Amino acid sequence: MEVFKRRTFLITVLLLLIFAGNTLASDGNGVDTGITAWMLTSTALVLLMIPGLAMFYGGLVRTKNVLGTMMHSFAAMGIMTVLWVIFGYGMCFGPNTLGGWFGWSNDLLFLRGIDTEVNNGVPDYVFSMFQGKFAIITPALIAGAFAERVSFKGYAIFIALWGILVYNPLCHWVWAEDGFLFNMGANGAIDFAGGTVVHISAGISGLVAAIYLGARRGYPKTSMPPSNLVLTMIGAGLLWVGWFGFNAGSSVNSGLDTAQALTATQAAAAAGAITWMIIESFHQGKATALGFASGILAGLVAVTPAAGVVQPSGALALGVIAASLCYIAILIKNKLGYDDSLDAFGVHGVGGITGAIMLSFFIRKSWMIEAASLTESGTWTIMQQLGVQVAAVLISIVYAAVLTLIIMIVVDKTIGFRSPAKNEMQGLDASYHGEHGYGMLNAS
Amino acid sequence: MKLITAIIRETKLDEVREALIENEITRITVIRVSGHGQQTREHIYRGKRIVPGLIPKVKLEIAVNDDFVDITVNTIINSARTNENGEVGDGKIFITPMEECIRIRTGERGGKAI
Repeated sequence: MEVFKRRTFLITVLLLLIFAGNTLASDGNGVDTGITAWMLTSTALVLLMIPGLAMFYGGLVRTKNVLGTMMHSFAAMGIMTVLWVIFGYGMCFGPNTLGGWFGWSNDLLFLRGIDTEVNNGVPDYVFSMFQGKFAIITPALIAGAFAERVSFKGYAIFIALWGILVYNPLCHWVWAEDGFLFNMGANGAIDFAGGTVVHISAGISGLVAAIYLGARRGYPKTSMPPSNLVLTMIGAGLLWVGWFGFNAGSSVNSGLDTAQALTATQAAAAAGAITWMIIESFHQGKATALGFASGILAGLVAVTPAAGVVQPSGALALGVIAASLCYIAILIKNKLGYDDSLDAFGVHGVGGITGAIMLSFFIRKSWMIEAASLTESGTWTIMQQLGVQVAAVLISIVYAAVLTLIIMIVVDKTIGFRSPAKNEMQGLDASYHGEHGYGMLNAS
Repeated sequence: MKLITAIIRETKLDEVREALIENEITRITVIRVSGHGQQTREHIYRGKRIVPGLIPKVKLEIAVNDDFVDITVNTIINSARTNENGEVGDGKIFITPMEECIRIRTGERGGKAI
């Protein structure tokens, strides 16, 4: 009976496929409307993560800094998008230039060359806008490391330079077809949706920036209570939702690999969240809302590079490992005393490194077989892939750290990055924006 | 014993607090308030000139023994003043006599309860 059912099912599918040949949804320009629809959705979902991040970070800072902190995310939406359209996309996905440091093609300036381009059924415009969202969120993530103590002008110049000099080259190396990390080892360094490009680069840059700029005034003696954890929880929720676009969209497909990435994403986020909750309950006696949210992020960050290659059990494991290591990282931070204000390094850096390296142990068999078939000897082991992953992680760390330090020094010495003491005490909102996030609490 | 009430700019709260703590005045109550005195400074917001009606301020309440009145007042003046010469809107300090002070935990009364 069971066999019969399955056979009927297979025949039906076959028949459907035969007849569907002519009717596969297409608009006549070679656009696969099914895939394109999901990519459009994903693009919007990733964009949604940025207001999500603004809320997550905004809720964690003191009342006097809430708007300034949210503006760090929103300003990135403006600045990075404009740069992306003018030449950022070309730097990331154009052909190798300057020995492969980044890509470049005059044709891609202002996205002129892709007006009618369609690749694998998806208009290049959609792919470009999808990728552009990653270029926005990455510098916005760094802002968590130096929250509450930078001038707005310095920040704006910093992210522009950082996007051009750190993000674009890294993105080119890892995701462009001629990027050197894309071609490392048998089947490339695995970075499905941005473990190295987004999270490790942002996390390490945040760490460098936090140490270079020094701690907030009064840290760690003065209490710096979160202005609004409700905002933070909404933000964390939006990040989780948006991450489906981030990871499942990174398949640039609407098929089996999309489903695999989506499932891994959900599993890792949930595992990370409950791991953090359990550890914290035993360690501190209470399960905080912020802890749960941090666990969600740790899981999501760790599965980001891995979503395309791990099965649900591997995703659960990555969530558990990442949440545990991030929890420890934050304890160590408090011991060391540097002020990574909102744990951009503690969660994104540590989670990203954990995911990019540990994923080697959970790769699904079919991927390894495919990788082996691409080598001359016909074999490819977990250890070999681990080597590739570690190399990719180290390259991202070193590159991001060195370039960030240079950019920090240049910006700080020329227009000033660290907020003057007076402005820091007044708060970013009043100093740099002339507004009050929570003014409505007063009669006026 | 005196009760010192100071009304200061919101943006000066941290400066004043840091200065007070430096001078070992660590017991204060802070309240958000709105009001108006002489201040009619115009803001430009969304291209319009705006003269705020009720202006948000911060009120500090500090109960002190008589020897501490001067240092507290001076500290607040120095830290809450805008620049060197001050500006309209920097706030006011009121000093009122305080009849009694009681620590709830122990029931102690008077100067040692402050």
